[in-house]
Amino acid sequence: MFDATATRAGPTRRTFLKAGAAVGGAFLLGFHLPSAMAANAETTVFAPNAFIRIDRQGKVTLIMPQVEMGQGIYTTVAMILAEELDAAFDQVVLEAAPPNDALYANPTFRIQVTGNSNSVRAFWLPLRKAGAAARALLVEASARIWQVDPATCRTDSGEVFHDASGRKASYAALVEHTAGLTAPADPPLKSTANFKLIGQSLKRLDTPDKVNGKVIYGIDAMPPGVTFATLAACPVFGGKVGHVDDSKAKSLPGVRQIVVLDDLVAVVGDHMWAARQGLEALKITWVEGPNAAVSSDDVWKQLRAASEKEGVTARSVGDATGALSKGELIEAAYELPFLAHATMEPMNCTVHLTADSCEIWVGSQVLSRAQAVAAKITGLPLEKITVHNLLIGGGFGRRLEVDHIDKAVRIAQQVAAPVKVVWTREEDIRHDVYRPVYRDRLSATLSGGRIVGWKHRITGSSIIARWLPPAFQKGIDIDAIDSAADIPYDIPNLSVDYVRDEPPAMPTGFWRGVGPNNNVFAIESFMDELARKAGKDPVAFRRDMLGKAPRLQAVLDLAAAKAGWGNPLPPRMGRGIALQTSFGSYIATVAEAEVDEAGEIRVRRIVSAVDTGIVVNPDTVVAQVQGGLIFGLTAALYGEITIDRGRVQQSNFHDYRMLRIDQTPAIEVHLIKSGEAPGGIGETGTTAAPPALGNAIFAATGVRLRRLPIDRSLLAGRKVG
Amino acid sequence: MINLRINGDMRAVDVPGDMPLLWVLRDILGLTGTKFGCGIAQCGACTVHLDGIPVRSCLLPVGTIGERAITTIEGIAETPNGAKIQKAWLDLEVIQCGYCQSGQIMSATALLNVTPNPDDADIDAAMAGNICRCGTYVRIREAIKQAAKSV
Ligand code: FES
Ligand code: FES
Repeated sequence: MFDATATRAGPTRRTFLKAGAAVGGAFLLGFHLPSAMAANAETTVFAPNAFIRIDRQGKVTLIMPQVEMGQGIYTTVAMILAEELDAAFDQVVLEAAPPNDALYANPTFRIQVTGNSNSVRAFWLPLRKAGAAARALLVEASARIWQVDPATCRTDSGEVFHDASGRKASYAALVEHTAGLTAPADPPLKSTANFKLIGQSLKRLDTPDKVNGKVIYGIDAMPPGVTFATLAACPVFGGKVGHVDDSKAKSLPGVRQIVVLDDLVAVVGDHMWAARQGLEALKITWVEGPNAAVSSDDVWKQLRAASEKEGVTARSVGDATGALSKGELIEAAYELPFLAHATMEPMNCTVHLTADSCEIWVGSQVLSRAQAVAAKITGLPLEKITVHNLLIGGGFGRRLEVDHIDKAVRIAQQVAAPVKVVWTREEDIRHDVYRPVYRDRLSATLSGGRIVGWKHRITGSSIIARWLPPAFQKGIDIDAIDSAADIPYDIPNLSVDYVRDEPPAMPTGFWRGVGPNNNVFAIESFMDELARKAGKDPVAFRRDMLGKAPRLQAVLDLAAAKAGWGNPLPPRMGRGIALQTSFGSYIATVAEAEVDEAGEIRVRRIVSAVDTGIVVNPDTVVAQVQGGLIFGLTAALYGEITIDRGRVQQSNFHDYRMLRIDQTPAIEVHLIKSGEAPGGIGETGTTAAPPALGNAIFAATGVRLRRLPIDRSLLAGRKVG
Repeated sequence: MINLRINGDMRAVDVPGDMPLLWVLRDILGLTGTKFGCGIAQCGACTVHLDGIPVRSCLLPVGTIGERAITTIEGIAETPNGAKIQKAWLDLEVIQCGYCQSGQIMSATALLNVTPNPDDADIDAAMAGNICRCGTYVRIREAIKQAAKSV
């Protein structure tokens, strides 16, 4: 059903060029729907807006503004469009949107981006309106033919009905009659009670070709005449190529060309094996540059010193200073390490560059940026850059960057044939943009079993300042403070501040769970510490602070009940709770873990209760929470990137470990029915797992873990009840 | 020339004998369903079958295969257990990004080939070599059990 090869810019762009005149600049003002395409009598395609095309054969093509990376967004977007369009869902065909910020920008970010778990939140209304406007036009066309009031017509599964006269017409038959009609600016939307598709666990549209090897990811692109390359960038960030001795590599069978650029060396061969062998045979001397001596110790020293400075106030309520000066001051600091993304599909990009065109095959979360970076390097105009956005073998934020495209295009400038540049896993781990190190300092005072004063200082890199500079205002990184400034607990005196501190050497980037990962870990671990200080049960302590967050209270109660909170457990086992309101979703998570004498941890069970508003596809939401929890457990149990002499020390899955099936707990996800606007879901589980697990380990052992990944040596030999 | 029997077809390839099967499949024969994940037998993305037994093709020199029948994800539907596993994978919506799933399906099919009714420990032992970064393990476990029950 999904045709991965249908993503080329050509045909799709033509369609919109035709529509362009009528559309004008309307999109530039935000996310308005264009008026109906200026069509004439020989209209063969009904394309009322950038998301829908219906041809005279009845083929309904839905254009996907967001990229599919496993989160099920194609199915979800198709369901939302088809719901309001009243199309027959089993007949829709999906097509990836071409690069075009004017038509497909994410309404939140104003560029084409899939990230921050915001696809459904950002596109929920625009897509519904697009579907509803198209439907209204089809109804109007049929009402004109039948000479009846459009209000007396109804639609279902791709047909318009006039029940009073027993007439009906298929959308296909109406295509030619839509010429000259103008789409309503504000089409009526269905009431949620009338949803037929939304709320159902419909089968995913992208998965059938994923069980038989047919699906094409970026790494599978095979344009005719393709050559294969792999590369080594200077192992020290910011370093350059010094000298390259390629005498041995050049003579290896299958090696075609050695490309030496300012900052990297690539070997082009008949296949990846030749390229790899060639790369290994090179003797490269690097000019390591200013970061050559940087180690993890330097990183932590700098971060800890920065966290002693006064930050920029992100939120202030009541009199925090006053409240913190009365009674016992409880303080703790939490630290999170660098993390690599380690998407299963290693970084790659295929480029065919000629004198006047550039064709790119890649999986990208930022399509228009992918096109722009190629235009900048080649000097070609945007319309000469075709980007085939293929399916993504894991994004998690890594493919919000375009460094792999930048490198591939620069290599392609030296190669006469199309070239597929595939990074080794080692290169992928060592040249990531890393989830930054963070340090969170928290302090609080209690009175009568409640928090009366709260101070939270977040110190870390600002990814926003680099990635979306206009959004970095007055020293505040909106991502770094997310879920901290808007803490859900009802605390009368509170202060949250942010210290921007860029680590030496290491480039930083968005990583699944983004800012809330850090903040929820710190806050929920600290809440647990405060509960113990107050002598209260961790669930009851939180519950008493949630007076202004009824949705969170509801998920807390549900998770506690489902997890059997309070039921006795054998020795060395414990339960931990964590709450969050990140990404517009309300989630409570209970982890149950066991710690053995050697300090090894077995996560036995995780129960999450989720209120994410209206759910488009419940099974997809459950899958995202399950997968997100496992992503978070991997980070808590194993994830850490360290550097020595400016080099990342980890390289592959043996030293940058992933959770495997034999360590995976039973996972239960309970959804709360809700009529509220949809929340984001893709990153929530990742944020939830680490604090829930840390709190469970405290319950099991009495050891408080304030750093990730979990240090087994702190748990080893611990005698517990 | 090296002769290989892949999914029932004979294919002759002109490559060095120490070249891993993974790159022969992907880059020479265009069978891109088999995936590269790590190159060091740590992730299982490159899993194929030799005479029904799972192997990591990223470290398997193509010159050592000889007469043995190679089955890849492109041919697994032709085997009864492969078809069952594929169906269970779709019925339970196991898949997210899907990049690891060729390897998961190959490992799971191989498990059913030798253990028709696997328990949790069998599943752990057979599947622990396959990493899924999207975290689909809970559903993989369920789908293997469902496939084992199906006829
Ligand atoms: S690529 Fe062969 S096991 Fe990872
Ligand atoms: S489904 Fe994405 S890695 Fe397994």
